[in-house]
Amino acid sequence: MQEAFFALADRLRSGIAGQEVLFCSLGGEVSEFVRLNRNRIRQAGQVRTVRLGLNLIHGARQVEGSCNLSGEPRSDLEQARWLLGRLRERLAHVPEDPFLNYSTDPSEGQRQMGDPCPPAEEAVAELIAAARGMDLVGIWASGEMFEGLASSIGHRHWHRSLSFNLDWSCFLEADKGVKAGCAGLHWDATRVHRRLRVMREELRVMAGSARTIAPGRYRAYLAPAAVQELMDLLADGGFDLRSHRTCQTPLLGLARGERELDAGVSICEEHGRGLTADFTAQGFLKPASVVLVEKGRYGRCLVDARDGKEYGEAVNAATDAPESLGLDPGDIPLAEVLRRLDRGLYIGNLWYGNWSDSNDCRLTGMTRFGTYWVENGEIVSPVNVMRFDDSLYHLLGDRLEGLTRERELILSADTYEGRSTESSLLPGLLVSGIELAL
Amino acid sequence: MKERLSDCVDRFRALAPACDYWTLRLVAEESEHLEVRQGVAEPSLFDTSLGVMVTLVKGRGIGYGATSDLSTAGLRAALERAGEWALLHARLGLFDAQLCPRSSLRAEYRSRVQEPWACRSVADKLELLRMANQAMAIDARIRDWAAWLEYRRLFQWLETSDGGRVTQTLEFVHPGLSAVANSGGQTQRRRGGGSSSAQQGGLERIEAVRLLEDAPRVAEEAIALLEAPECPQTNCDLVLMPSQLALQIHESIGHPLELDRILGDERNYAGTSFVTPGMFGRYPYGSELLNVTFDPTLPGELVSLAADDEGNPARRQYLIRRGILERPLGGPLSQSRAGLPGSACSRASGWDRPPIDRMGNINLEPGEGSLADLVARVERGVLMDTNRSWSIDDSRNKFQFGCELGRLIEEGELKGLVRNPGYRGISTDFWRRLDAVGGPESQEVHGVRNCGKGEPNQSVYVGHAAPPCLFRQVAVFGGAA
Repeated sequence: MQEAFFALADRLRSGIAGQEVLFCSLGGEVSEFVRLNRNRIRQAGQVRTVRLGLNLIHGARQVEGSCNLSGEPRSDLEQARWLLGRLRERLAHVPEDPFLNYSTDPSEGQRQMGDPCPPAEEAVAELIAAARGMDLVGIWASGEMFEGLASSIGHRHWHRSLSFNLDWSCFLEADKGVKAGCAGLHWDATRVHRRLRVMREELRVMAGSARTIAPGRYRAYLAPAAVQELMDLLADGGFDLRSHRTCQTPLLGLARGERELDAGVSICEEHGRGLTADFTAQGFLKPASVVLVEKGRYGRCLVDARDGKEYGEAVNAATDAPESLGLDPGDIPLAEVLRRLDRGLYIGNLWYGNWSDSNDCRLTGMTRFGTYWVENGEIVSPVNVMRFDDSLYHLLGDRLEGLTRERELILSADTYEGRSTESSLLPGLLVSGIELAL
Repeated sequence: MKERLSDCVDRFRALAPACDYWTLRLVAEESEHLEVRQGVAEPSLFDTSLGVMVTLVKGRGIGYGATSDLSTAGLRAALERAGEWALLHARLGLFDAQLCPRSSLRAEYRSRVQEPWACRSVADKLELLRMANQAMAIDARIRDWAAWLEYRRLFQWLETSDGGRVTQTLEFVHPGLSAVANSGGQTQRRRGGGSSSAQQGGLERIEAVRLLEDAPRVAEEAIALLEAPECPQTNCDLVLMPSQLALQIHESIGHPLELDRILGDERNYAGTSFVTPGMFGRYPYGSELLNVTFDPTLPGELVSLAADDEGNPARRQYLIRRGILERPLGGPLSQSRAGLPGSACSRASGWDRPPIDRMGNINLEPGEGSLADLVARVERGVLMDTNRSWSIDDSRNKFQFGCELGRLIEEGELKGLVRNPGYRGISTDFWRRLDAVGGPESQEVHGVRNCGKGEPNQSVYVGHAAPPCLFRQVAVFGGAA
């Protein structure tokens, strides 16, 4: 696909007029999706998609468009030329764009990640056999993803990955379940077998009668998967420059120095560690890392190309949200978590987070999967689902007792706009209190 | 385009292998986004999408293959992969694929469009948005503001081996406005200009939502909210406007009634449901005033159409009547698996995703009286307008919503604004507190354009029409004082 894309871009470039600038981007995947319920196949199939994006620029005017490609060079060139023609027609009708911003320094790069996955049929059959007797539900996704960029200025970048993402849970009854994920660039079936053994143990605990707790403030440990829900919510509008300049960020108080987080909280966008491409659609290269929060104080914002031009700052991101977020570890050994918690809630997952009052960085959401009551440093019973409603200024601030020394790499299982390449590297959090509202 | 798709169908027919049943679903989409923010036009976007989904039933198995390669080789590859997955499903499948519905329906649907999108130039549309921008830039405390127009045209052709052919063309124009105001540590956002009332149609939607006329109100209310007191934290009566009821219906009625949740398909992602098969026909879901329909017939609503994406003819059905739960939301496959009735709501987000049980138009049927009549019945309460935050547990019981704007009600009259209004409760307990439903003249058609569920994930449009409603003694709250 790489050669075909660059050849297509070259053909398009040869057809552009004198002062025109053209950025071509390509995205696509060949993915196998197998949906499971009750440890059987619910729905299985393959999705093969290739998408071309064009950004046509003339002077200070620009228009963007996209279309699907087939992979067959002659018809793809015809389709791409049709799209370019439509964009050229529109260009005359749009005003000059004062925030147009693209890299004028040609750059090249190529990145290849991952090993070929085993045939999805084999992996799924092995999973079903290993989970015999369990009520397993979830999805297997695997295959190839690719992303390319070529411009009339001379940019040429290619990013290809082969990966898998098995995201599943096992249930006893109703909503009593435990969740797991196994994803990466190199398939290792023993990881799944090991995780299933742990889940069988967890389900034994889950079989105990569930405790219903009253609303109020509880001491709690939030496992990395629960922390991810908080970080995902914060990622949406928390760190981008535009949200800060227009006072929409929920971290406004932190950015102004009026509020603070615990000195143990440092949050970073770790492009260098992540699985996403290292270039933006406008030809900028992403820095290896951007420190967003440093020792409890606000650091830098994420700046995409448009915001960079509008507010006069250097571009350091492809989008307005972190793609490879990292929260620094603390010093609590994972093995010590239950002892340090002593009495309270072990929260395995949080779900369906949303803002209660973003002015106070206050959010709400639900406990889900693997949440337990702990007494004297031991898990004693599962807990029926509860709604939390609390401010991150407390959970990551005055009520934060510590973060775990170990971190978990969580690869996003999101597939709304194709298979996601986002990831996060997160520790668990021990807090002296989390407010439960319902 | 139609000739190209027709040629694709003919070539597919020639390739289709001997099997029990096949479907070919071609989807061609075109969309545009025009936006002016702070008086500056954002880059104009023009996107098209074209691809096919092939489904094959062989014996006990079913599999799918989706591709953007419409060449003969591309169709053949998709068919082969679908066949391979059908083989594995036959061995390890959750159900016998012979349960899958077969369609021989011949039907056509086209959105009613009075003024086609192409009737006005890009420059004219941008000028309209620039004027809307100007009308919102009324105060230095307005820190961000934008107006937009989105266009989407979706053409779908479903062809089946049983002779079914359903072609549907849906067109949408979505106008919208947003103003963000800030003072000190308080930021408030207000939207309008049709941003929550998405419907089918053409450029006539701009006039219908009064895009230009609404702009000053949006900005003025954003500023007024900055100075308003916080919504009180108390238990009191609650009047919900249709712009919020849409989400309330969506989360606490629509999702729990989805059969695939009840069957457990969604437990790993979107969740399960507190509703169990034994509840249908007898469970008191809400007060006697609660009447909810699956209605694909209401003109202009987002999911008004002729058939779902498996070729099942769509028709109006009661889900809840006089408060009693009658029928779940599920296509014929889920109906067979569950042994329950359902509705024609097997839908996919595009050519690259297989159909699953979705909401269509889920509407709360009108009662009697005006908004003023509802308010007159309240001694002490809060009115809430326009959803801004939503959250509910995975069984669809414990919910919490936030709205953009609240207004106190005292002794039957609307009083001053309150900011950051929110409320929480438990689904059926809440619907049993329903004490008044506005009449047909107060009904509004709204929609949700980002309803997400499914693995792989799918985001679809869903319609919700409702009049304002009154609920007794609900837990309400505001933001940090």
